[in-house]
Amino acid sequence: MAAVDRADVGRIFREESGRVLATLIRVLGDIDAAEDAVQDAFAIALDKWPVDGLPPNPGGWITTTARNAAIDRLRRASRERELLGEVAALWPEYDDPDLPEEREPVPDDRLRLIFTCCHPALSTEAQVALTLKLLGGLSTAEIAHAFLVAETTMAQRLVRAKRKIKAARIPYRVPEEHQLPDRLRPVLAVLYLVYNAGTADPVGPAERGLCAEAIRLARILADLMPDEPEAAGLLALLLLTESRRAARTRPDGSLVLLAEQDRSCWDRALIEEGQAIVRRCLRRDRPGAYQIQAAINAVHADAATPEQTDWPQIMALYDQLLALAPTPVVALNRAVAVGEVRGPATALALVDELDLDGYYAFHATRADLLHRLGRGEEAAAAYERAAALAPTAGERDFLRRGGRSAR
Amino acid sequence: MTRYLLSVHSGAGEGRAPMTQEEMQESHRQLRAIETDMASSGAWVFSGRLHDADTATVVRVSGGEVLTTDGPFAESKEHLGGFYIVEADDLDAALAWAAKVTAAINAPIEVRPFAAFADQPDPGLGA
Repeated sequence: MAAVDRADVGRIFREESGRVLATLIRVLGDIDAAEDAVQDAFAIALDKWPVDGLPPNPGGWITTTARNAAIDRLRRASRERELLGEVAALWPEYDDPDLPEEREPVPDDRLRLIFTCCHPALSTEAQVALTLKLLGGLSTAEIAHAFLVAETTMAQRLVRAKRKIKAARIPYRVPEEHQLPDRLRPVLAVLYLVYNAGTADPVGPAERGLCAEAIRLARILADLMPDEPEAAGLLALLLLTESRRAARTRPDGSLVLLAEQDRSCWDRALIEEGQAIVRRCLRRDRPGAYQIQAAINAVHADAATPEQTDWPQIMALYDQLLALAPTPVVALNRAVAVGEVRGPATALALVDELDLDGYYAFHATRADLLHRLGRGEEAAAAYERAAALAPTAGERDFLRRGGRSAR
Repeated sequence: MTRYLLSVHSGAGEGRAPMTQEEMQESHRQLRAIETDMASSGAWVFSGRLHDADTATVVRVSGGEVLTTDGPFAESKEHLGGFYIVEADDLDAALAWAAKVTAAINAPIEVRPFAAFADQPDPGLGA
C-alpha cells in the first residue's frame, strides 16, 4: 500500500469529495447531513491512512465510511424518530470500507448536484459558492478568500442557499430535455465565472486554484453530458484561455497584449486538447456562444506570429457570435476584428455606435483605434478614461502607459 | 409534497398598458383553463383575487392597545393582487405553474414555500 501523509489525505478528499457528496446527498436527501458525514470520514482517514496506507479505492472507502458515519449520527440523534428505519432499509449493515468489494464503481451523481447548485432560483453568488463548496471541495475560507469577502459572509451565503434548497425543495435531479437549454446556461455561466475569478489580480494561489477548479469541473461536465456541445465548447474555451496563462502576465502582474505575448510560452498540450474539441464541435455543427468563443481562441492559437493571425476567419466567427449573442460587448470585440481586416476607421465607426461608456475595454479599444488613426490627443483622453475604469491595478498601469506594455 | 404560495404582484403605475376588454377576456379564459388543470392534477389547494389595496385595513397592537387603521400595511406601489396555493413535488413543478399564470396575466409572481407544520417531517431534497 502506498505511503500517505496528512497532506495527501486532504488532497485526495478534495479530489473525491464532489463525487462522494453527490452520492450521499442523493441517499440522505440532505446536504448538511452529507457534508457532516464526509467530515467524519475525513477525521477517520487522517487517523487511519497514514498508518494503514491508502485503500485501493479511496473514493469507495470515503463513501462507505461517510455512509457508516451518517448511520451513526442518525442513530445518536434520532432514536425517537422514524428516520433511522429509512436509512437502515437502504443500508441494513455497516459496510467494511477496507473490504475489496467496495472497489465497484460508485454511481456518479455529480451531474444532479451541479444542476441543484446552479438552479436559477438561487442567486449567481450562491450558485458559485455552492458549486465550489460541494463539487469543488473547497473550504468556506478558501471561497471567501478567492472572492474577497469575509469568511462569515461566505458562510452565511452558503447556509442561506442550503436553507432555500431545502425549504423550497429545489430538486436534486438532472433537468428534463425540454428544460435543459434554460438550466444548462447558469451551470456553464458559473464555471466560466469561477475561471474568470481565477484570472483576476492579485493572482495568488487561491485564484490560480479557481482556474484549475473551473477546468476540472468543466471537464467533468463535458464527460457527463457528451450530447451537449456547449459543455464541450466551454471546456475548450477554458483550455485555450489557460494555454496562454504563462504569457499573459509579467511577474509584476501587469498584462501582456495578445500581439505582444511570447508565443513560445503558450502551452501546446492545452492548445492541442482545446483545438481537438473545437474540431469535434465544428463537425457536430450545433454552434453556441461558448463553442464560437473557443473557435476564436483556436484560430489565435494557430498563428505562430501575430501577423499570421487569420483575422477574416476571426471576424466571421464574431459575426456568428453576434447573431447568437447580440450584446454590446460582443459587438465591441467584433469591431476589434473588423479593425484588423478593414482598418481602424471602419472599426472606430462601429465602436462609436456602442453604448458602453462605463466599460473600460470600450475606452481602451477606442484609444487604440484613435492612436492608429494618428489622433493622439483623443487617444490619450480615451486611455485616461479607460484607466480610471479599469478593474485591476495591472490593467490600470497598462492603460496609463498609453496601452503599451512595460519594458 | 410541498405547498407553495404563488402570489401575484400587481402595481399601479407600471410601465405596461392596461389590458383591453378583449385581452382581459382572453386572460380570464386562460386562467380558467390553468385552474381547471390545477384542480384535475390535484395541485390546486386554494386561490383568490383580492380587491385593490385601498380597500385594506390594518390591525396592530400598539402600547397594549389594538389599533385599527385604514390602508395597506406597506406603503408601496406593488401590492398583492391575488394568489394561488398549490401542492407540488418540488420547486420546478411549482415554477411551472407560476410560468403558466404569469404568461396569462402578464404580472410577476412570487413563489414561496410554506413552512412545514410541526407534525410534518421536513421534506428532503426532491429526487
